[in-house]
Amino acid sequence: MTPMVEITGLRKAFGSTSVLGGVDLTVDRGSVVALLGPNGAGKTTTVHVLATLLRPDAGRVLVDGLDVVRDAVAVRHRIGLTGQYAALDPLLTGAENLRLMARVAHLAPHAARARCAELLELFDLVDARDRLLRTYSGGMRRRLDLAAGLLGRPALMVLDEPTTGLDPRSRNDLWQVIRDVVADGTTVLLTTQYLDEADRLADRIAVLHHGRVIADGTAAALKRQVGEAHVELVLAGGAVERLVTDGSVGDVRRILADVEARGLAVDHWEVRAPTLDDVFLTLTGAPVATDRTLQEAS
Amino acid sequence: MTALATVPTTAQDAPWRPRLGWAVTDTVTMVRRSLRRTLREPDALFLSVALPVILLLLFVYVFGGAIETGTQYVDYVVPGIVLLCAGFGAAGTAVTVAGDMTEGIVERLRTTPVHPAAVLTGHVVAGVARNLLATSLVVGLAHLVGFRAAAGPQEWLAVAGLLVLYILAFTWIAVCLGLVASSPEAASGYAMTLQFLPYLSSAFVPTETMPRVLQVIAENQPVTPVTDTVRAWLLGWPGADPWVALAWCVGLLVVARTVAVVLFRRHGRG
Ligand SMILES: Nc1ncnc2c1ncn2[C@@H]1O[C@H](COP(=O)(O)OP(=O)(O)O)[C@@H](O)[C@H]1O
Ligand SMILES: [Mg+2]
Repeated sequence: MTPMVEITGLRKAFGSTSVLGGVDLTVDRGSVVALLGPNGAGKTTTVHVLATLLRPDAGRVLVDGLDVVRDAVAVRHRIGLTGQYAALDPLLTGAENLRLMARVAHLAPHAARARCAELLELFDLVDARDRLLRTYSGGMRRRLDLAAGLLGRPALMVLDEPTTGLDPRSRNDLWQVIRDVVADGTTVLLTTQYLDEADRLADRIAVLHHGRVIADGTAAALKRQVGEAHVELVLAGGAVERLVTDGSVGDVRRILADVEARGLAVDHWEVRAPTLDDVFLTLTGAPVATDRTLQEAS
Repeated sequence: MTALATVPTTAQDAPWRPRLGWAVTDTVTMVRRSLRRTLREPDALFLSVALPVILLLLFVYVFGGAIETGTQYVDYVVPGIVLLCAGFGAAGTAVTVAGDMTEGIVERLRTTPVHPAAVLTGHVVAGVARNLLATSLVVGLAHLVGFRAAAGPQEWLAVAGLLVLYILAFTWIAVCLGLVASSPEAASGYAMTLQFLPYLSSAFVPTETMPRVLQVIAENQPVTPVTDTVRAWLLGWPGADPWVALAWCVGLLVVARTVAVVLFRRHGRG
């Protein structure tokens, strides 16, 4: 079976600035892939090429075996995109927005009505259905945005930073909704700046750095590389040390005993889960004291 | 989760209508959206109607006394005011389109199979509707302040037809301006040019009173033949130039619409 998404050698420049320098990425049917990268890595650019909004300069981009340039209309019938910024009409109500998107997705009228009602229910927006979108909270907007992307029952759902800017509670709600979508068999490609988000939602994580995929594998493999968690020590002089741990009480106790034995003056310390920063420190070998510390500890 | 799987139809498996049919339904959908938006912004709607009314009163009562056209000035100026309104209305459309392009919904629409021209046609139809509302009000009010047309139903119909064409053409030009502008503010600036055209025409003063250079410009732009034709049909005056007026309107309409659709397809495609 062909993969749902097949990107090979994708290049894109804006003027003389190269943004994507040869991206390779495959998304298997029924899987969830997270494209992880910091601001400016090229996540949105990649997603826009995939969604037929931008033309690639070079490389091949296939969705469901169809070329995004040559078969743009067919591709549009297969994808749902929820962009980084809410993209609905603030002057329409929630229900009107969904109906509009259902019509332009070319659903038959009776199916459109049923589908809108179903999604409003599913995304917990029934009470707000007749309110203008501009009165919605950030979390409600994102949910409606996601619902709009799902109207046409897309084979591929593309989510560009779905939870950026949301409070922790709305983020949790949205994660649950995304899991439901995945459980329904939809293939999902999502972008994120948060390692924990990628870890929670995705089967596979591709790390994007300066327009290239620098790591691609399961969340477990990535974490094995980066370390499950670490004890971060801020020393009296302001220097930072990170010591890898599996997070268990015994291990943390052993590390702290070790620190004490070395006679280090510790200002404060905490146990931290790895973040995107840690991923990059590991993968790009950024010249930070942390590298040495990691080796020392292992 | 079973809730997502209860409706069997999917967009990709059930093209329940041929392509051309989609173009029509897409257009209806987008026209309804734009009309709805118009009703949701009553202050903008009010302004688009109030400004032309104020202009009419301004020209008739403030400037009218001083301008000598050899006739009752109100008769002379009403056709000009109507065309000035069209420029105002068009400016509103340029701002709306520019706002829409920056709000993100258009980006979302462009990832759907919606017919590209439909989005723009929606804006144009709503813009023309606002414009015709303002125009009707101005013409109605003109009668209250002394405007007397000698036209029968046939002439009125012809005038209405020509004005619709003129408004359509300028609304499509406004759409182009809205598409090239980087923000609603910029669009509003560009659209000033459309509002300026009537001042450089026979709309408010006879072109013979202008310096030679301006006269050449005034006599070779769309507003003059359209004003003269409307005036001739409504008041029975000489100077009708219906074919020139028609050629301008249809020509501008075709060019502007073509350019707008190309601009829309290319928008943001890098
Ligand atoms: N239309 C554009 N014109 C010029 N530069 C752009 C454009 N879009 C994005 N960029 C640049 O490309 C880089 C990657 O952007 P983007 O794909 O939005 O990254 P991300 O979504 O990962 O934050 C950034 O440096 C951004 O400034
Ligand atoms: Mg982005």
